[in-house]
Amino acid sequence: MDLTFLKTTTISLLSSVPLTVSLVAISLACGLVLAIILTTARMLGPAPIVWFVKSYIFVFRGTPLLVQIFLIYYGLGQFEAVRGSVFWVVLREPFWCASLALMLNTAAYTTEIIRGGIQAVPSGQIEAARACGMSNLTLVRRILAPIALRQALPIYGSEVILMIKATSLASVITILEVTGVAHKIISASYRPVEVFMCAGAIYLSLNFLVTRAVSAFEKKLNKHLSHT
Amino acid sequence: MDYFELMGFGAGGWGPLMLKAAGMTVSIAVAGFTVGIFFGIIGAALKLSRDPVAMTIAETYTTIFRGIPELLIIYLFYFGGSLAFSNFLHLFGYQGFFSIPSFVIGSIAIGTVSGAYQTEVYRSAFLAIDRGQIEAARACGMKGFLILRRIIAPQVLRIALPGLGNVWQSALKETTLLSVTGLVELLRQASVGAGSTREPFAFYLTAGAIFLVITSISGWGFEKMEKHFSRSVRK
Repeated sequence: MDLTFLKTTTISLLSSVPLTVSLVAISLACGLVLAIILTTARMLGPAPIVWFVKSYIFVFRGTPLLVQIFLIYYGLGQFEAVRGSVFWVVLREPFWCASLALMLNTAAYTTEIIRGGIQAVPSGQIEAARACGMSNLTLVRRILAPIALRQALPIYGSEVILMIKATSLASVITILEVTGVAHKIISASYRPVEVFMCAGAIYLSLNFLVTRAVSAFEKKLNKHLSHT
Repeated sequence: MDYFELMGFGAGGWGPLMLKAAGMTVSIAVAGFTVGIFFGIIGAALKLSRDPVAMTIAETYTTIFRGIPELLIIYLFYFGGSLAFSNFLHLFGYQGFFSIPSFVIGSIAIGTVSGAYQTEVYRSAFLAIDRGQIEAARACGMKGFLILRRIIAPQVLRIALPGLGNVWQSALKETTLLSVTGLVELLRQASVGAGSTREPFAFYLTAGAIFLVITSISGWGFEKMEKHFSRSVRK
């Protein structure tokens, strides 16, 4: 095994980590906001809006992410109206196209995760809160949101890991994040195994950090449940 | 040319090619998923074996292939597979480079990833079986293989089906990543069409729509299967 090659590869791969992380952070943050809006719309909105949210989830979960990225990156640029609009500043950049696709995709999955968390809140808790005379907002803030968060957090943790892996698809539209750089090095050096080891180690460490952070957060939320 | 002419089956229509590519997508997903069943059963057996070495091997396998992006794994198999196989053939005096067909590489790559997820599905399904049933089977005098065939396998299948449905949907969607290896599946065909007609939106929209049809049909199929296999379970 060639150690100098491993070292130079790791260094050039590490320099692309910030790009991967910012793709994850932007799409997760925006996706979460969108998901909260969509969940609210789905649970409280009138029938046509509920139907819209349902079809949104159906479409984004039923089609591959790469198709969604291509549709946004190559597909939208085809139209004169899009190229002339204010959105073109965003849509002509591969980075923002990838972020947009990742965000829309994760929002669809997260909406279902949040809904699952809310539905798992025991109805007795909500009744008790009402009996105490809580207003809707207080009920959401004090009872519904904390319990739902605790229920949904482990599943959301695996969604975060799926998103870290999903950012690799951004390399297909010329973004040089970790997988993009790895592909470049493989094509130049033709040493797939070594490069895979370095890039794989980076992804596994990112996942490890996320898993640790999520379980620490979980522990903090469930502090009142531990009797030790 | 309007959309329906473009995607139609008449002269200059891309309908036949898109349908053929959809067939390729489904067949490589089936091939990959089948390879995954194989890896998944082995992985689950190793994880449940209580043998420390076997458990470590299976744990490493699932950690790596569930934690690293599928695209990177596909690059590893695509670039590394033919290289390793050629080196292997050199041992027997074969000279030159042997490139493995992309269908084979693709199904092995998809299958390896799918197998890592299936390992967890089979393992948790096995653990969900009531221990008493296996004890009862032993008490009736059944031997290992008979217990596996009559008691364990049917129940693992029933409990694992919803999880397997999810793994199948991801395998199906992962096939699009094989377009980077030049395999003409649905997305690759759409890219070719988009490039030659300058109508990317129409082509990618069609590819997406075909995927929706395939995922819906398979979702419905899994639902039917779940119903079929749980017909003996008390509601």
